[in-house]
Formats: sequence, structure tokens, C-alpha cells
Amino acid sequence: MNSHLRGFVNALVLIVALVAIWQALYWWIGDSALASPLATVRYTAKLVRGESFEMHLFDTLRAFAIAFALSVVIGLAVGFWLGFEKLSGDVLEPMIVAAYAIPKVTLYPILLLAFGLGLSAKVVFGAIHGVIPIILFTLAAVRNTKPILIKAGRAQRLSRGQMVRWILFPAAVPEIFTGLRVGFSLTLIGSLLAEMFASQRGLGFLLMNGIGLHNVELIMSVTLLIVVFAASVSSLLLYVDHRLHRRT
Amino acid sequence: MRRPLWLYRLAVVAALVAVLEVLCLTGVIDKITMQAPHLIARDLYRMLVTGRMNGAIAKTATNTLISFVLAMTAGILTGVVLHRHRMMRDTLDPLFATYYAVPIFAFYPFLIVVFGLGDTPQILIGFMLGVVAVIVNTLNGLDRVPTVLSKTARVLRLSHADTALSMTLPAAAPYILTGIKLAVAYAFIGVIGSEFIMSRGGIGYEISFAYTNFDNATMYPLIVLIVIASVAINGLLSLWERRLLGRRGLQ
Repeated sequence: MNSHLRGFVNALVLIVALVAIWQALYWWIGDSALASPLATVRYTAKLVRGESFEMHLFDTLRAFAIAFALSVVIGLAVGFWLGFEKLSGDVLEPMIVAAYAIPKVTLYPILLLAFGLGLSAKVVFGAIHGVIPIILFTLAAVRNTKPILIKAGRAQRLSRGQMVRWILFPAAVPEIFTGLRVGFSLTLIGSLLAEMFASQRGLGFLLMNGIGLHNVELIMSVTLLIVVFAASVSSLLLYVDHRLHRRT
Repeated sequence: MRRPLWLYRLAVVAALVAVLEVLCLTGVIDKITMQAPHLIARDLYRMLVTGRMNGAIAKTATNTLISFVLAMTAGILTGVVLHRHRMMRDTLDPLFATYYAVPIFAFYPFLIVVFGLGDTPQILIGFMLGVVAVIVNTLNGLDRVPTVLSKTARVLRLSHADTALSMTLPAAAPYILTGIKLAVAYAFIGVIGSEFIMSRGGIGYEISFAYTNFDNATMYPLIVLIVIASVAINGLLSLWERRLLGRRGLQ
């Protein structure tokens, strides 16, 4: 508990320091390119109450939610499969790792051509980002399951489905959760990137629209909202992650 | 043992390409969506031979290199400094833990407004993506330097700089290399990604330009070029990393 308290205090100090740096930059650079922290928060409050904001937010969240659901389902299925089948896993794992390093933005035009400009292209693009860490962490978790557990399962003559349900999955939960946590962040990045390139709605569109309007406050407010959302959800997931890992 | 796996991988890629080729030739995938792989290969060859994209390629490569070098230098220096200062490191820890959950690209519009639509925002995005990976891995490497080395350094009365250069950094090198490998990938992703979203030049820009003009004969070869480049770079660095780790008996 004490370490949690210390972590909390550290996070607080960090946030204060970041806001202070922001304010200092504002004094240094000036109004034309930067909005002060206070002005940004004020503008955010106004923006959030505005009528079109809800539509943009909902659009992003919907694409993100479907993409993440897809990532989880496909990621777990493929991860378990590759963890089971030694050869397939050995062959495909390095290829999936390599796919992580590819700038996936460049693949987005292909998705746009295949799915058209709209929700599905955004969803698929988000899912491509999210599915990779979920596969890799699940695969590693299945492979690292203690052999004695698997032997116990074999001795009970469990079918493959039962093996996953009663042995592999429970043993792999902490690792899988780490994969889901990373997958969550990457899916969010993917969905936002898709919106920033080509769309008429969503938070990513709002950001790019801010450049066209040269509306610094709008850009900073949306950036702030995205950063705060991503950082707080990720901290929460990280907390659960640590607890799960400590239990085993 | 190693050869068969490589062959399998090659077979998987070949099979995928073959399936795409068949789908394109039979018209299941129409010409507006995608060109047949052999046409992509032909166009890519022509593009490289005529040097039509050399300017864009050079621009992207230069910006990637700058942002990588910046991320590497700043990352290693910050890592070394933070390793000495426990308080600062603890304070920054929550930042490092959540850093990669934040979509760094969301800062791109902001950087454009501050620095204008030039090379700087792209380089900064690549830098921001990569630098924390270098810092975290440098710290990780320095944590694992055996205490006997620092004791030896003290016995030999080495200066701080000499200790760092001839003891600590070499000992931490394999871990730092992991960070550097990530920084290369992130610099590439950051530069290409921001070129793609909004810019005035570079491969990412050319791809998005070709997309808006329905110019598949330019778009697909460029995409393939980027995929090949990033896989090749990543593969080479992984090989080097494995060698370095292997020499220490770490893998």
C-alpha cells in the first residue's frame, strides 16, 4: 500500500511539473502558437458542452470499442493457436514482431480502398494495431505455462477446449492482461491515426480541423482530452496489471 | 534447425503473394482496389531505376536519421543522468509507465501550429516516439551492471567519464541496443506517419498524394518499399542484438 501511495505522490508531482513547464512555455512562446493551461481548460469545458462534440466523441469511441473487441477476440484466438502449435508459432512469431515495426499508417490507403471511407476502415485499422501485442503476449503466456499444469491436464484427459478453459487461461491471465493493456493503447492510437488522415468526424478529425482553422485552443483542448483519457485508463489498467502479477 | 524455419516463413509470404496474385488476376479484387503483385514489383523496379522518388526517399531517410540520432543521444544521456538521481527517476516513473499509452501523433497538429508545416514537427514526432524507449532501456541496462565493475573502476581510480565509457556503458550495451532498435523503428514510424497525415514531401506524403489521385501504380510500390525497408532494418538490428546478447550468454 505504501508503494502505491508513493506512486500516487510521484504522479501528482509529475503533473504539477508538467503544467508548470507548459505555463513557462506559454510565457516564452506567447499567444500566437500556444494556449495557457488555464485557457485550455476553460476552452475544454466549453468544447465539451458544445453540441457537435458529443457526435465526434461518440464516433471515435464507437470505432475504438469495435476495434478493441475485434483485437481481443482475434488476438486471443490466434495467440492460443500459435502457443499450442509449436511449429506455427516458431514460424509466425518473428513475422508478427516484424509487423510491429512497420509504419502501419502506410497501409491505411489500402484499407480505405478496400472498405471505403467510413467506420469499417477505421475499425480494421485500429484492430491491426491492437491485435499484435495481444497475440504476442498470449502466445508467450501459453508457452510459459508450467509444464506440470499441462501434464496434470493431460492426466485428466482434458480436451483442447477444456485445457484452455481450466488450465491455460487461468494460468496465463496476468500475461494476457498485459497484452490487453498494451493492445488497448495501440488500438486507440490506430483509431485516432485513421481519423487524422481522412474522415469527417471524430476526435482525430477535430484535431486536424483545428489546423485548418488555426484554432490553437481547439487543438490543445482535444490533445489534452486524449492525453488525459489515455493516461488515466492506462494507469488504471497498469494498477490491475501489477496486482494480477503479484498474485502469482 | 534454423534453415527450415526460414524456409517456412518464405513459404508463408510466397503463399500470401500467390493468393493475392490469383485474386487480382481473376478479378475478385478489382483494379481500382489493388494491382496484381507482379505489376507492383514491375512498378517498384521502374520507380527505383528511373529515380523518380529519389527526392522523397532522401527526405524521409534524412528526417528519420536525424530524429533517430536525437532520440538515441538524448535517451542515453537522460538515462545516465536519471540513473544517478533516484528522486528524479521516481518522479518520472509514472510518465514512463503510461507514455506509450498516449497517442503521440495527437501532438502533431500542435507541433505544426508551433513550428510550421516543415521538417521540424515530423522529426520531433519521431523523436518523441523513440526517446522514452531508449531512456527506459538504458536505465534497465545500467541497473544490471554488476557491482564488481564499479568497484573495479574505483580501485583503478577511473574518473566518472572513464568509468562510464569503459565500464558501465559497454556492460549495459545489449540492453541499450534494445532501446536503440526500438528508436529506429519509432523514428521511421513517426516520420512516415506524420508525412502521411499532413506534410509537403517525403515517402509518406507521396503515398497519400497517390491515394488522393487514385494513382495505384505509385501508391502500392511505395507501400511495398516501406514495408521491405522496415522489415530489413528491423531484421538486421535484431541479428546484431542477438549476437551481442549471445556473446554475454544472455540468450
